[in-house]
Amino acid sequence: MKPIIEHVGRAAVLRRSGVDTDQIVPAEFCKRLTKTGYDDVLFHTWRRDPDFELNDQRRAGATVLITGPDFGTGSSREHAVWALRDWGFAVVLATSFGDIFRRNALKNGLLAVALPEDVVGRLSDLAERDAALEIRTDLRRREVRAGSLTHSFDIDQRARRLLMAGLDEIDNTLDRGKAIEAYERGRAPWMPTVRPAASADVPVGGRE
Amino acid sequence: MTSAARTLLERVWDAHIVEHAATGDDLLYIDLHLVHEASSPQAFDGLTASGRRLRRPDLTLGVEDHNVPTASLRLADPLSRLQVEALRRNCAVHKVELFRLGDPRQGIVHVVAPEQGYVRPGMTIVCGDSHTSTLGAFGALAFGVGSSDVEHILATQTLPLARPEAMAVEFTGRLPEGATAKDMILALLAEVGANGAHGHVIEYRGSPIGALSMEERMTLCNMSVEVGARAGLIAPDETTFDYLASRPHVPGDVQWDTALEYWRTLRSDDEAVFNRTVTLDVSRLTPHVTWGTNPGQAVPLSGAVPDPELISDSVERASARRALAYMGLRPGTLMTDIDIDVIFIGSCTNGRLADLRAAAQVLRGRRVADGVRMLVVPGSGQIRRAAEEEGLDRVFQEAGAQWRLPGCSMCMGMNEDRLEGAERCASTSNRNYEGRQGPRARTHLVSPAVAAATAVLGRLASPADLS
Repeated sequence: MKPIIEHVGRAAVLRRSGVDTDQIVPAEFCKRLTKTGYDDVLFHTWRRDPDFELNDQRRAGATVLITGPDFGTGSSREHAVWALRDWGFAVVLATSFGDIFRRNALKNGLLAVALPEDVVGRLSDLAERDAALEIRTDLRRREVRAGSLTHSFDIDQRARRLLMAGLDEIDNTLDRGKAIEAYERGRAPWMPTVRPAASADVPVGGRE
Repeated sequence: MTSAARTLLERVWDAHIVEHAATGDDLLYIDLHLVHEASSPQAFDGLTASGRRLRRPDLTLGVEDHNVPTASLRLADPLSRLQVEALRRNCAVHKVELFRLGDPRQGIVHVVAPEQGYVRPGMTIVCGDSHTSTLGAFGALAFGVGSSDVEHILATQTLPLARPEAMAVEFTGRLPEGATAKDMILALLAEVGANGAHGHVIEYRGSPIGALSMEERMTLCNMSVEVGARAGLIAPDETTFDYLASRPHVPGDVQWDTALEYWRTLRSDDEAVFNRTVTLDVSRLTPHVTWGTNPGQAVPLSGAVPDPELISDSVERASARRALAYMGLRPGTLMTDIDIDVIFIGSCTNGRLADLRAAAQVLRGRRVADGVRMLVVPGSGQIRRAAEEEGLDRVFQEAGAQWRLPGCSMCMGMNEDRLEGAERCASTSNRNYEGRQGPRARTHLVSPAVAAATAVLGRLASPADLS
C-alpha cells in the first residue's frame, strides 16, 4: 500500500445520517470476485436520481466525502470501501462510522476521519458554498484544514502508523510467527477443530 | 494478567492475546474462522497471489449460504454459481471442510456453526460477515470483518485489534407473554439507535437473559451489530452447557469436565467496571416493529408511524423524512393499519427451530390472507428435517406458505428470493435498509409470531389480534 501523509482535494457533501453499506454498494454487486472495478456501482440506486449529490457536475473529481453520522454501518462488505476508492475518494469525513467499515477503510488506505458534528456542519457549509474549496487532511499533524477552518482529529496510533508507512499488516504479523506458535502450544485441548461428522447425516444428541 | 475485577469481555480477550503491540493494540488469536462465498474470494486470491499458505485449515469452516437458491438445489444464476464455485475450489485447494449446497449440514453459517458444536464459550470466532455477532450468545467473542481481515486470518490465524470498550445492557423485569427476544433487541434499538453502541462490545445481562433459550439468545446477539456494537456477549450458564452437550462435535468426557470448569468462570466480576451501562425494563414489553429504513426506527406494534417534524436534529429529521417517503408511509398511521404483501420467516436472526414453532403455532388451522405471499426458510438442513419430523412443514403448506430449502434467502438481495418492485414485507430478518430485500423493497422487521399473524390478516398484526 502507498504511504499516506496528507491528502488535499475538493469535496462532495452528502448530508445524510446512517448511510449503510447496502446503500454504498447493493448486495447484488457483491457477487464479483475482484477487489477493483466497483466505481460503476457506488451508490448504485441513489445515483439514478439526477439530483443525487454525486451527480452534480461541479463535484466531479471530488476526492473528499463529507457526510453525516453513522456512515458505513451494517454489512461488513469491503466492497463499500473498494467502490469509494475506485470512484476516486481518498478521505471520508463524518461524525461517526460503522466499526467494520472504518477498519476496512484503513486496510485500503481510505482515510475515515471522525469529527465533531459542528465541525462536519461547518465543513459541509463551506464545501457546499464553494465547489473549488480544497480540504487538507494531514495525518502527520492530525488535523483537517479548509479555508479558515482548522480542526484536529483523533486517530489511533496503529492506524496512523500503518497509513503513513504504507505497511502490509499480514507481513507484519507473519514476522510474529514464533509468538503465534508459542500461543498455539498453550491452547486448551477442548477447543474445537473442524472435521467431518462421524456419520454422513447429522447425529443429534450424545457426546463423542 | 491483573487481579483486578474484569468484565467477561476482558476475560475472553486476555486469554487470546498472542502479544501486546507497542502501539497499544493486541495480536489476538482466532479460534474459529468461518468463511462463506460472498466475502472470501478476494481473501483467498490475496493469499494465493502473495504465495502464503492457509495457516490453520483445521480451524476454518466453509459454508455456502448467501447465494444459494432455496426453491431447488439448482444454482441457476451464473454470477452466484461463479462465487460458489470459487469457494469450492478454494476449500479444496486449502483442505478446508465445506458445507455445500445439498449437504445435510448446510445452512446459514451463523446457524450451522453452533448447531454442529463448533461454537463454545470463551472462544474467539470471526467471519467475513457482520452477523457473526450471533455467536456471542455462547459467551464467545464473535465478530464480523471485511475481506482484508479474512485474508489476514487465513494467513496468520490472528488479528491485530484495539481492545473495544465494554457496554452493559441490563435487562430487568420479567418478559411478558407475547414479547420475544426479537422485541427485546428492537426495543433496545429504539432506545439507543442504530450504531448507538459503536466502538463497544455489549454484554447482555440480567434475569430476563437467564430465562432465554440458546435460540433466543442468538436472536438477541445477532442484532448487536445493528446497535453498532462490535459484538454481543452473554455469560454461559446451564442453558448453554445443556445445549452444547447435545451437539455432534463436543469435547470428549475428560475434556468436557475441564472445559466445563473453565466455562463456569466466564462471567463479569461483580466489581467489574463497564465503560457504559444501559438499563431496559422488559416487564411491559410488547411486540415491536420497524417503520423506517434503519433498525433503530422501531416502535411498539400498537403504536403509530412517528412524525419526522417532531425530531429536533436536522440531519435526523431529514433522514426520517426520506425513510417515510421510501416506505410510502404517513405520520400518524397506526402500524396495525399497514397492509403487507410478503411474509419472510427465516435468516440468522429468526430461522431456527423455535422460531418456526412460534410461527406454526399461530398459523395452525389458519390461512395466509389472499394476495399475500409467504416464504418459510429454515436456517439449516438440520432445522428443516427437525421441523418436518414435527409436521411444521405441513402446517405452513396447508396455510398456503412456501416451505423452502435452507439459506440466507430473502434477508438480502443476493439470491433469487427477492421482493418485486415496491412490495412491502413483514420480515423476521435483521435489516430494513433501503433496497435490502430488492431495489425498491419495503421491509418491516418483526418477530416470527408477529410475521405469522400478519400473514393471516394481511396487515401488521400480533397473534393477540387473531382471537
